[in-house]
Amino acid sequence: MIALCDLTAHEALDLLRSGEITSVALTASALDRILAVDNDVCAYLTLTPEQALAEASAADALRRAGQDLPLLGIPVAFKDNLSTRGIPTSCGSRMLDGYVPPYDATVVRRVKEAGAVVLGKTNMDAFAMGSSTENSAFFPTHNPWDLARVPGGSSGGSAAAVAAGEALLALGSDTGGSVRQPAALCGVVGVRPTYGLCSRYGLIAFASSLDQVGPVARDVTDAALLLGVIAGHDPADSTSRLDSGSDYTAYLARKDLAGLRVGVLQSHPEDGIQAEVADATRRALKTLRDLGAELVDVSLPHGVYALSTYYLIAPAEASANLARFDGVRYGFRAAADTVEALFSRARGAGFGPEVKRRIMLGTYALSAGYYEAFYIQAQKVRTLIRADFDAAFEAVDVIVGPTSPTTAFMLGERVADPLEMYRADALTLSQALAGIPAISVPCGFDAAGLPVGLQITAPEMQELRMLQVAFAFEQATDWHRRRPSLIESS
Amino acid sequence: MEYEAVIGLEVHAQVHTRSKMFCACPVVPDTGNLPPNTYVCPVCLALPGALPVVNRQAVALGIRAALALHCAVQPLSVFARKSYFYPDLPKGYQITQYAHPLARNGYLEVDVSQRFCRIGITRIHLEEDTGKLYHGNDGTRVDFNRAGVPLLEIVSEPDMRSPDEARAYAMALRDVLVYLGLNTGDMEKGMIRFEANVSIRPQGSGTLGTRTEIKNLNSFRALSRAVDAEIARQIAILNSGGQVTLKTLGWDAAGEQLFVQRNKEQAHDYRYFPDPDIPPLAVTPEWVASIAASLPELPRARKARWVAHYGLREEDAALLVPDRALAGYFEAAVKHGLGCGVAPQDVANWMTGEVFRLLKARTSGITGARVSPERLAALLRLLYVEDAINVASAKKILEVMFETGESPERVVERLGLSQISDPALLEAVATRVIRDSPTQVAQYLDGKEPLIGWFVGQIMRETRGKAEPGQAQEIARVFLERERSNRF
Ligand SMILES: [Zn+2]
Repeated sequence: MIALCDLTAHEALDLLRSGEITSVALTASALDRILAVDNDVCAYLTLTPEQALAEASAADALRRAGQDLPLLGIPVAFKDNLSTRGIPTSCGSRMLDGYVPPYDATVVRRVKEAGAVVLGKTNMDAFAMGSSTENSAFFPTHNPWDLARVPGGSSGGSAAAVAAGEALLALGSDTGGSVRQPAALCGVVGVRPTYGLCSRYGLIAFASSLDQVGPVARDVTDAALLLGVIAGHDPADSTSRLDSGSDYTAYLARKDLAGLRVGVLQSHPEDGIQAEVADATRRALKTLRDLGAELVDVSLPHGVYALSTYYLIAPAEASANLARFDGVRYGFRAAADTVEALFSRARGAGFGPEVKRRIMLGTYALSAGYYEAFYIQAQKVRTLIRADFDAAFEAVDVIVGPTSPTTAFMLGERVADPLEMYRADALTLSQALAGIPAISVPCGFDAAGLPVGLQITAPEMQELRMLQVAFAFEQATDWHRRRPSLIESS
Repeated sequence: MEYEAVIGLEVHAQVHTRSKMFCACPVVPDTGNLPPNTYVCPVCLALPGALPVVNRQAVALGIRAALALHCAVQPLSVFARKSYFYPDLPKGYQITQYAHPLARNGYLEVDVSQRFCRIGITRIHLEEDTGKLYHGNDGTRVDFNRAGVPLLEIVSEPDMRSPDEARAYAMALRDVLVYLGLNTGDMEKGMIRFEANVSIRPQGSGTLGTRTEIKNLNSFRALSRAVDAEIARQIAILNSGGQVTLKTLGWDAAGEQLFVQRNKEQAHDYRYFPDPDIPPLAVTPEWVASIAASLPELPRARKARWVAHYGLREEDAALLVPDRALAGYFEAAVKHGLGCGVAPQDVANWMTGEVFRLLKARTSGITGARVSPERLAALLRLLYVEDAINVASAKKILEVMFETGESPERVVERLGLSQISDPALLEAVATRVIRDSPTQVAQYLDGKEPLIGWFVGQIMRETRGKAEPGQAQEIARVFLERERSNRF
């Protein structure tokens, strides 16, 4: 018999609704799993077990009183860059070690209002800058499929927690691939929604024009469920869209994919796509064709500039977003005699090397004399990338390809080479720049038994179409049912 | 060589909104004893994850100012981040407008010592205020109650040529902002702050000299004194063969001295870029039109109308116009007065004299005064139209009215102050006084004519002040002269 914590959220909800299990039992199961594996996986930065059990028991009481909510009694985890009232929120950095927000991020509030039980906060690359979770100031997270490997990043803690049964659902954030890439590397489902679909209020900003909160789940139904809870306009976020999301779960199932036009990108050698990833992607495309979809070649002529565009815009915005961490009001503070010393010591000691590198890059890109050549130029290319997608979506309904060029790499393997690390996001950056939704779903394994992710990209606000295609693919395959062996031994 | 000064002003004015520029925290007047950091929230404290939301009321008031200053309101303006580190700047950047301001290309008409100037307005934009630092013996503390309060920055063209012009422009701008209801005009509380750009050039030259910037000028006096000092400094440099260099200066108001804040090489690179948290601000023509429709008559136009229609003296109009409540009161009193024959200039005289004096003694201001404009007009009618009271009585009556809120008629009746204007009565009193004062009459007739005042005083005393002094003097003179002709 499988442990309760290995159920998907929708399976668990069925059992909770029929009274076969309680939220307390479900939550206790997740906490047991955390106890059993998290010494090795290191997915969590902060755990709130007593609070979680109290919330579970309150959820059970509500249910007994005849109430139901979309996530009533489901144990979830939040990436540590989402503000949680009363729960430390470090953003994976020394800079915010010990900081306890006085307010909940809008998405956190919505998940709590939907009845979820909060297990804790998950590890991440400091300030979401990284693709392996090795930039966490505290410790790296390990991939549940192979503890010697990275879980991806920056939402590596959320992806590893969901993969290892340490949470049924989790929220991550995706700036250039930070939900989709770890989801792919950990064999789970990860969604990057349309920019503006989910509120950023309370999400500690990395790059404001790119940041989006997204669900991490074990299957497409769960991802759709969680997305439905967090989506929707928020007056506290001026970039939040007025046209809201919908109940994605109600319309997931399609008989087949007849008439669906699937765009296929020709890969470039410089993408460095691992042969097994390419194979798995080919097989996935064949599955989609077998379901009735028509495969159409598409091209994104400016896609090759996505990496350089992203690494101008994101650091530029980050350089200003991270200016508030000055040691004056909260977070890391070093003793100093002058204001300048206070600033430079707090920032010098509070930020890690990757954060400093990106602040330097961004500061440079915005400097007088360089602004036009770098930042403005990057914004122009961003517009061209968006136009590429608009043109492609004239001919196709979705675009399908790999999420990550490779499967999970070894811990430490890319630490010394930032550019090599940046390439891990090569296939997820252009959607972020275009502000359009994409999902990563499990689509196979490499020879080492590591999961491969398939990325499905849809036009702006076409989350439902994207989820339907992902769901149909999932129904036709069983990759998402596989669990890391770590679980059986626990 | 003769030099000409070229001066431009940047004016920062607080915008009187209910809540701050980008959050829901209330804007509370700085009384000086507000507990620090009590009107703050995640947004204005720049807690991680907090996001700004533009205050529509601040935008509306900004548009109001733009229209009053004849500017073109931009259909699309953009909020930008201005980055620098300072402990009173919570986000490490200020949200302001840079490349795309709210409004451009306007002007303000100003009267400088009887001469009329039109000062160009380059741009108007919205931004947020910073917190405040308090330096003490035990260190520096920071209060964020003011952080995020909306500010309007109004940048003029370098159209002013003297400290007087700069001062006149600043005052006229202050009056406009106060009229529009978007600022209290309270300079002492820093509601309006100035920065001046100053350069000089040979008289008649068409090119601009190197300019310096004087920051944080908090009064009209500081503004004109600092600009004056800077012009003198630059002339001295050029006359001694030197060159003016780009500098940011400060003004020590107590010592009346300029000091250098920053030299050119220390200039900040603010790294402006559009704030990705705030979509471009769209202002529809309908919105602008609805604000334009509610624009009040502005101080200069009102003054001109009073002079033209009421025949008011310029200087009295200038005294009565700036305070909108006072001006409204005056205008109401004039309207009531015109209905019953009281001249507007008489109303103005009483406003700038007695009413100002009585208001000064009270803190409530004109809006809290217990005398309505209608009753002020009624009092002046008793004085000037009906001759029922004299000036001294009228002053006394007005004072009582301010105390009790009674009507002038009621005060006259209660205190028995109605004036004796019946000549027969006054003549009887004068006859009695002359009969009873033979010594003084003899002295007067001997040539000690100033004694006439003594006789008037006696008549006033006999009538308990109800006689009209002019009339009393006239009767005394006639009777004394009649006495003279009787004796010879
Ligand atoms: Zn606030």
